Amino acid sequence: MSAATIRTPVKASAGEGRIGPRANLRHIGALARRNLLQIKQDPESMFDAVMMPIIFILLFTYVFGGNIAGKGHEREYVTYLVPGLMAMMGMNIAMAVGTGVNDDFKKGVMDRFRTMPIARSSVLIAKIVVEVGRMLIATTILLVMGFILGLTISTSVLHLLAAVALAMVFGASLMWIFILLGLTLKTAQAVQGVAMIVLMPLQFGSSIFAPTTKMPGWLEAFTDYNPLSNLADASRNLINGGPVAHSVWITLAWAAAITLVTAPVAISKFRNKTN
Amino acid sequence: MTRNDIPGSGGNAVEVRGLVKHYGETKALDGVDLDVREGTVLGVLGPNGAGKTTLVRVLSTLIRPDAGSARVAGYDVATQPRQLRRVIGLTGQYASVDEKLSGTENLYMIGRLLDLSRKDARRRAAEMLERFSLTEAAKRPAMQYSGGMRRRLDLAASMIGLPSVLYLDEPTTGLDPRTRNEVWAEVRRMVSEGVTVLLTTQYMEEAEQLADELTVIDRGRVIAGGGVDELKAKVGGRTLQIRPADPAELPRMVGAVAQAGLDGIAGATADAAEGVVNVPIVSDEQLTAVIGLLGERGFAIAGISTHLPSLDEVFLAVTGQKTSKSAASQDRTDELQEVAA
Repeated sequence: MSAATIRTPVKASAGEGRIGPRANLRHIGALARRNLLQIKQDPESMFDAVMMPIIFILLFTYVFGGNIAGKGHEREYVTYLVPGLMAMMGMNIAMAVGTGVNDDFKKGVMDRFRTMPIARSSVLIAKIVVEVGRMLIATTILLVMGFILGLTISTSVLHLLAAVALAMVFGASLMWIFILLGLTLKTAQAVQGVAMIVLMPLQFGSSIFAPTTKMPGWLEAFTDYNPLSNLADASRNLINGGPVAHSVWITLAWAAAITLVTAPVAISKFRNKTN
Repeated sequence: MTRNDIPGSGGNAVEVRGLVKHYGETKALDGVDLDVREGTVLGVLGPNGAGKTTLVRVLSTLIRPDAGSARVAGYDVATQPRQLRRVIGLTGQYASVDEKLSGTENLYMIGRLLDLSRKDARRRAAEMLERFSLTEAAKRPAMQYSGGMRRRLDLAASMIGLPSVLYLDEPTTGLDPRTRNEVWAEVRRMVSEGVTVLLTTQYMEEAEQLADELTVIDRGRVIAGGGVDELKAKVGGRTLQIRPADPAELPRMVGAVAQAGLDGIAGATADAAEGVVNVPIVSDEQLTAVIGLLGERGFAIAGISTHLPSLDEVFLAVTGQKTSKSAASQDRTDELQEVAA
């Protein structure tokens, strides 16, 4: 009996070092718990998820609502706006993931994770799991505010849940892009700067805030291909009634394509990151 | 070779051959060879930028080498990183714990990542906190810990998985002397439990205190290696100092040693300011011969000591540059005996 045979049994479970699906889930759970404990330790980090939906819905409803839907028709505008804001919320939270990842990954604890017998993707997936939870909270607050301001659901609760789920799926795929940005750029400020430049045209050059039919032709063409427009249209038609199949499929295709392209690159970046 | 073959047999827990890692023009590692015998401490000594941290990062699978090979507990860093990660622990110069989590939560998380059950992870976290004297601070977030507590938590995190090989990358950099001694005591304890340690340091004293063997690296190359004493001897053996009871005897004593023609002894010099005679020697036999001679001739001797060159001197001799701590470290004296005549 040698020293090493005494030392190894605690972790000799996984054969030749392959990490099984159950172990992988356990690792993701432990790491997600870490992210949750960080929020508990620093409750202010929830500020954006709580305040953003409240401020956005109030601002857009009362600044643009009267102008777009006609003075006194703000309540109707809320019903137009809320599905669009659901899409925007996902994008803003995804952006915060990029800056958070950039800070987090400069810490020594990441070195520890990367020298442990765990799948390195689990660190990133845990982060996404927790952030999707944050998105869910933001979306819930948005819907509550929406109902207070006059949001009506013309379809069913199931349709509403489907719209929320769609926004989550799309938001999660966006997170991979921002994680990749966070791993690539040197500082959190740079991540934020680049993200804003990409985000602003995508958010405002879309059908989130206003119908695109009154925009100039070239912009309308852009908005038609903007995945955020597709997501906003899909949510809107799920909640307000209307044809959904096309926009839902397009949104899911975007989400799948974004994830398939950026997730492997991000994981490989994380694996080979040297500082 | 499997993990189980190594221990006890005096085999190598770490074997590095021709390791190369370049960053652009910079050769962080430029063909490093070294071995760490199972159950021993190898001190890797070098100034800032010598390649110490790069070496540790290659050995812990954080970066891939450009050329050469490295095996840890029999596992190849390039082809068996997953297995290798199961047997290593790493404590870097920056604490690798989560600042926002408490001591308990940090260790519990590590336990879960090492596939311990919830119950075992809790139990082991508590054990480790106890062992590293952190029980009182267990519930506080690590960001509130002092530097020494943080380093201890880091060591505890490294020990949760009972690694057979532990890397300590400048474990006491930035710590005050008392805290440094605590960390040293912990390292000795881990070694006594059979852990093999690869320790990088800039501090001569640290290497002398902890290491069984030393490798001196500079600009990515190994420039000297061996046992601590062996390395010192390379720089030129010891100096025997004899203090006559009567300082007036100095010239006569020098003459006696010089004229006796003892085997391998080139000569002796008097240091009037210190009141001693210095005799360069390379063996214990020579020491005995010199003392015997002086006894026979009836000299009254008040004191005898031998001096090894300090590691600073070793470093200066092999790298051609002074170390950062050079001015602060002190020449050590091994008092052999006091002889009253």
